[in-house]
Amino acid sequence: MAHTEWRDAPELPDFSLLKRLARDQLIFLLEQLPGKKDLFIDADLMSPLDRIANVTILKQHEVDKLYKVELKPIVSSSDQLCFLIRPRIQTVKWISDLVNADKVAGRFRRYKIIFTPQKFYACETVLEEQGVYGDVTTDEWNFYILPLDDDILSLELPEFFRDNFLEGDQRWVTTAGSALHLLQSVYGSFSKVYGIGRCAKMVYESWRELMEEGEQRTRQPEFAKVFLVDRDVDFVTPLCSQVVYEGLVDDLFRIKCGTVELGPDVTSSDKSIKVMLNSQDKVFSEIRNEHFSNVFGFLSQKAKNLQTAYDKRRGMDIQQMKAFVSDELKGLKQEHRLLSLHIGASESMMKKKTKQDFQELLKTEHSLLEGFEIRECITYIEEHINRQVSMIDSLRLLCLLSITENGLLSKDYRSLKAQYLQSYGIKHLLTFANLRQLGLLEEQQAGETLTVMESKVGKLVNDKTVGKLTDAFSSLAKKSNFRALSKRLALVPKSGEEYDLRVPRDMAYVFSGAYIPLSCKLIEQVLERDGWTGLEEVTRMLNGQEFAVTGGSSSSEARNKTDAQRIVLVMFLGGCTFSEISALRFLGKERGCRFVVVTTAITNSARLLEALLDNHA
Amino acid sequence: MAFVTANWNPLGDAFYRKIELYEMGWNLKDGLRDCLVAAAPYGGPIALLKAHNRCSPSARPQLEIFSSSGLPLASFPWKSGVVKQLGWTVSDDLLCVQEDGTVLVYDLLGGFKRHFSMGNEVSQSQVLETKIFHSPYGTGVAILTGALRFTLATNIDDIKLRRLPEVPGLQGAPSCWAVLTQDRQSKVLVANGSHLFVLDNTACTPVTPPGLSPQASSIVHMCVSFSYKYLALLTDSGHVWMGTSNLKEKLSEVDTKIKAPPKQMAWCRRPKSQQPSAVVMWDGLLLVVGECKETIQYHLDDDSILVPELDGVRIISGTHHELLQEVPGACEEIFKIASMAPGALLLEAHKEYEKESQKADEYLREIKEQSLLSEAVRQCVEAAGHEHEPETQKTLLRAASFGKCFLSNFPPEQFVSMCRDLRVLNAVRDYTVGIPLSHTQFKQMTIQVLIDRLVYRKLYPLAIEVCRYLKTPEYQGVSRVLKYWACYKVCVCVYLFTPLLYSNILYFVLFLQLLFNKVALNLSKLTPYCMPSCMLVYTVVMYLKNELNRGDFFMMLRNQPVALSLYKQFCKHQEQDTLKDLFNQDDDHEELGNFYVKASYKEQRLEARIAHLQSAVDEYYKAKNEFSAKTTEDEMRLLRFQRKLEEEKGEQLVGFSLHDTMTTLLSVGLHKHAEQLYKDFRVPDKRFWWLRLKALAEKEDWEELEKFSKSKKSPIGYLPFVEVCIKHHNKYEARKYVSKVTLEQKVKAHLAVGDVEGAAEAAIERRNESEIGTVLSRCSATTDHLLVERLNRAKATVAKK
Repeated sequence: MAHTEWRDAPELPDFSLLKRLARDQLIFLLEQLPGKKDLFIDADLMSPLDRIANVTILKQHEVDKLYKVELKPIVSSSDQLCFLIRPRIQTVKWISDLVNADKVAGRFRRYKIIFTPQKFYACETVLEEQGVYGDVTTDEWNFYILPLDDDILSLELPEFFRDNFLEGDQRWVTTAGSALHLLQSVYGSFSKVYGIGRCAKMVYESWRELMEEGEQRTRQPEFAKVFLVDRDVDFVTPLCSQVVYEGLVDDLFRIKCGTVELGPDVTSSDKSIKVMLNSQDKVFSEIRNEHFSNVFGFLSQKAKNLQTAYDKRRGMDIQQMKAFVSDELKGLKQEHRLLSLHIGASESMMKKKTKQDFQELLKTEHSLLEGFEIRECITYIEEHINRQVSMIDSLRLLCLLSITENGLLSKDYRSLKAQYLQSYGIKHLLTFANLRQLGLLEEQQAGETLTVMESKVGKLVNDKTVGKLTDAFSSLAKKSNFRALSKRLALVPKSGEEYDLRVPRDMAYVFSGAYIPLSCKLIEQVLERDGWTGLEEVTRMLNGQEFAVTGGSSSSEARNKTDAQRIVLVMFLGGCTFSEISALRFLGKERGCRFVVVTTAITNSARLLEALLDNHA
Repeated sequence: MAFVTANWNPLGDAFYRKIELYEMGWNLKDGLRDCLVAAAPYGGPIALLKAHNRCSPSARPQLEIFSSSGLPLASFPWKSGVVKQLGWTVSDDLLCVQEDGTVLVYDLLGGFKRHFSMGNEVSQSQVLETKIFHSPYGTGVAILTGALRFTLATNIDDIKLRRLPEVPGLQGAPSCWAVLTQDRQSKVLVANGSHLFVLDNTACTPVTPPGLSPQASSIVHMCVSFSYKYLALLTDSGHVWMGTSNLKEKLSEVDTKIKAPPKQMAWCRRPKSQQPSAVVMWDGLLLVVGECKETIQYHLDDDSILVPELDGVRIISGTHHELLQEVPGACEEIFKIASMAPGALLLEAHKEYEKESQKADEYLREIKEQSLLSEAVRQCVEAAGHEHEPETQKTLLRAASFGKCFLSNFPPEQFVSMCRDLRVLNAVRDYTVGIPLSHTQFKQMTIQVLIDRLVYRKLYPLAIEVCRYLKTPEYQGVSRVLKYWACYKVCVCVYLFTPLLYSNILYFVLFLQLLFNKVALNLSKLTPYCMPSCMLVYTVVMYLKNELNRGDFFMMLRNQPVALSLYKQFCKHQEQDTLKDLFNQDDDHEELGNFYVKASYKEQRLEARIAHLQSAVDEYYKAKNEFSAKTTEDEMRLLRFQRKLEEEKGEQLVGFSLHDTMTTLLSVGLHKHAEQLYKDFRVPDKRFWWLRLKALAEKEDWEELEKFSKSKKSPIGYLPFVEVCIKHHNKYEARKYVSKVTLEQKVKAHLAVGDVEGAAEAAIERRNESEIGTVLSRCSATTDHLLVERLNRAKATVAKK
């Protein structure tokens, strides 16, 4: 396993405990509705649920049939219906309609809604407004965290990103706070909390309130530090093409809840295969953090080794053969199977990614990050749009261009936008409005700067309103300042130097040595300095909102190098990418500590941008 | 009773008395030494900032707030900048003026409310001295900057900064200054040595106090009376000059015979006072000066501060809290030794009556004979109001009640309301509440304000009792208090209860609120507490949605960004039209435009779609977003075009993007129509060429492709031609275009058609190292070793250069 190589790496706490807790609670909730029942599950809860309690367990607790929530009329003969859903108004409305339809038909059933991870008042309001509040019972399944791997915990809330950052809807904040609280109550308190971003601050507040409410338990802490970071602090990283194996698999095949479905072209058989990708997979755990150019060589070496292992059986006597079959063969077979899958995957990866156009795409991205040959990049993007190469990729490049250049020149902005709309239709006017709101794709404001405007307005209105306005302006002025940040934090290594991807020297290797993820760099810097001092310039460019708090129950004598003190919990609010996780693993290896990533969901450029499209609702 | 006059001291024609209000409940180590202290008038709270002088940046002095009786209300470490001055606003908010001119506002329980700045100039030249003053327009702040200029804000709730004119000849800090409110304007009175100036908005006028003793070479201290009518000046010769604040009239001048600079000076005067008097405080000594030459001297054990009040001066020390005032007329009449005033006689009569002595009748007769009984009753009632001890109050009121029995037509109102007032006053003067209001102050401040103050202190039950007892109208009294209480409780709930619980409590709170009045809950009061618990805001919003009419509801939302975004979210799923109304109300045309575009996509019928788009266009124009408007107009044109063609040719087109429409047209051979779109919609040449290229290659119409390539110079170059042929596995056709490719792309073109030699040729010719490298990587060592050698050689020569 990869981490056994890390000398002196601290042991991670056992997160499977969280699964057990969730399972026990779910069973308890199902038992609340005795007798046979049909269970309707929100589509996006299917995979997470499968990791907690499989069909057999559900059947044991008298779940008769399982359905996916499809917001269509149902066919069920059961007298008891149980709904396991996310607290979404749409779904609740659908349930209300079902109940009302049953009423009209004179059918009597019992209904139970289990909201996870918590219920929202708005959902209950809908029940009330539809006149079915008394007909259903509601419950909460506090399934906050799904451990995807030894060091990845996910809230599995992809909508967090859009709801919180675009819609300004902060209801998930308490969810994130509760998740931290859960970790704390199971694994002990933290000695220090750092964070940056508005949402991070609110999550911390909500968590702190929960801490103050609950009883203080003095337990040996299992984590040293917590770092909370908002996704909108760093949009550049998730917009870059991923080139580390795990990230690339995600970009190409989309890893869903720790599982990837490989199609027939990869498995070289006639059916697709679902593979769990985590540290249990020995082959995968060795290549997941590698740059994809190294993977193929590694895999072929591995294949040779496997062959030698198989070859051992030649010239064995019966006794040896028996031992071989019983001890090793199964493991080898297993490894063989995995190896062939990954070879298949990396083959199709190489096929797609070594092509000319991918190389050019990467080159453009790197130029943008470096701020080099911007005109050529714009021409490239224009062609990309004109040829309808990919709706998402074009958008991604546009955003990268805007962020790295602090907005597009008016002329370029209009022409590129017009071309994009010609290619993909004017419904994307809404997409562009969303992107602008988030500061992902902007037109440079010519003429007076915001501060001038602010002071002008300030003279007209009284002090209180000025405060509000300043807030409004500062959110408007969400300048990315990427170039200055990159200089300050040395995110982009000097070009021209050879970068040996086999022996990475810093986190930049996750982007072929072209760029160190800003989010990870911030984490590194803050941990190094034990706070934000010395980073004032940086935080100012990131719009402030940073904080560092010393935990209440940290005992200073326990500050010495216990294992726990070298485990850092990093929470990404709005999603994190596999590249960032790889970078943090690398950083951990360098610093002799380990990172546990808690994220609202795993994201990548496609998911991030798809969340901002507006043609679905 | 005999002791009532024990603490009286005569001064001229009047008497002064010092009453102990409280023994302070606080436990201060060093008393008030080295503390910045501010006590609010009308028996308000006291703020203390310890050790503010120690300027070391790491030291965090404690800011403490106490009630007038010294009970702690709040305490927190001061983390901001250096505080120059503390002060209280009329609504019991604490102002902390910092060195840089920033003023931080806290409520009296230590909650941070807001901050404001006194302007750039102040922050640049720093604050030298500050005075916080009250006027009919609210609470004001006056600042003397390091540049010796005055900046003034008359009302901190509506900041208008005024910079006052320069004071001529001012070299260092003025010896003293004060803020006056005159002629509906706030002015500053400055003394520079013996010169006195009045600064108003426009000018700096030198003034001379009439009859100021000539020995004085400098005015060292000044104070203005509570009503701003009178002014007292203390000179370095130890004279106190008293006069009207317009400096037209001199009232008196007294020599204190003390030349040391005083610590504080304040007017000690009440409405209808018999003589002007001021209190001057030095270390360990307090002096009352009036009209006559004599003075009253009090010894002070402890560092103290003076708090001027409407009808006296409060003296707060580390251990005690006292009130110094001129003895009110009624009290003097009644209690003066050997007084024969009707009130005094009535009191005596009642005393005898209690003793069941017939002397009672004699006294009564004496009053009655002069037909002064009603006057006597009035005196007793009034005196009761001025007395602090409940026992004395009772005695006086009993006497009044006794006297009333012998009067037939005496109106009862005065007596009744005094009894009520006193009951309330005694309740709020109680040690645990700590508001030592005098009756005069209470009448000035009004019951409304008193209730507010109780509410600020979160003494809700007491406030309600007071309202009920005084029979205050519901809307001003009980229901208002309940509203505040509800608000507060909601905030507390957020802290105390898990999300599950508090929706129920909220129902209750809202119910209460709606029961009493339909005013919207002040959500802004809530939001700072419950930023993370949006659920609460949501609950309130959903509730109010049904309770308020739509206009009011929207108005309320406008000031609540969190609530607004939550409600928008709700509308997106439930009530699309409401969303539109919301945008409409805000004149958010941009969002309205987007709304219509979105709506258009939901429509099946083309007419409806176009109608929506037309609305969008209108909105975009209103939002001055011409780009979106034009684009949307184009879309409408495109839709009409698509439909026309659909009807004519039967191709499925409606809803396609421009690009997709053209692709379809080209693929089915409707070149003319595609061409028309290309012209009508200003499609860039490049796009059109890509489209044509792709379409022709799809159809494998190589002949037409060749014709097309020759029709004009290609805006996209010829490499795409090569590539598109290769993509359709037609090497033969691809080769045709290789020669046309520009030099920069030659190598790529050759490689694309698999012509390694050609590529090598081109690369060597261009002497481009990386291109040579690319070609090398495509050579196989076995078959092309000659070529490899050549390339390596070329590479070496290029590298040398």
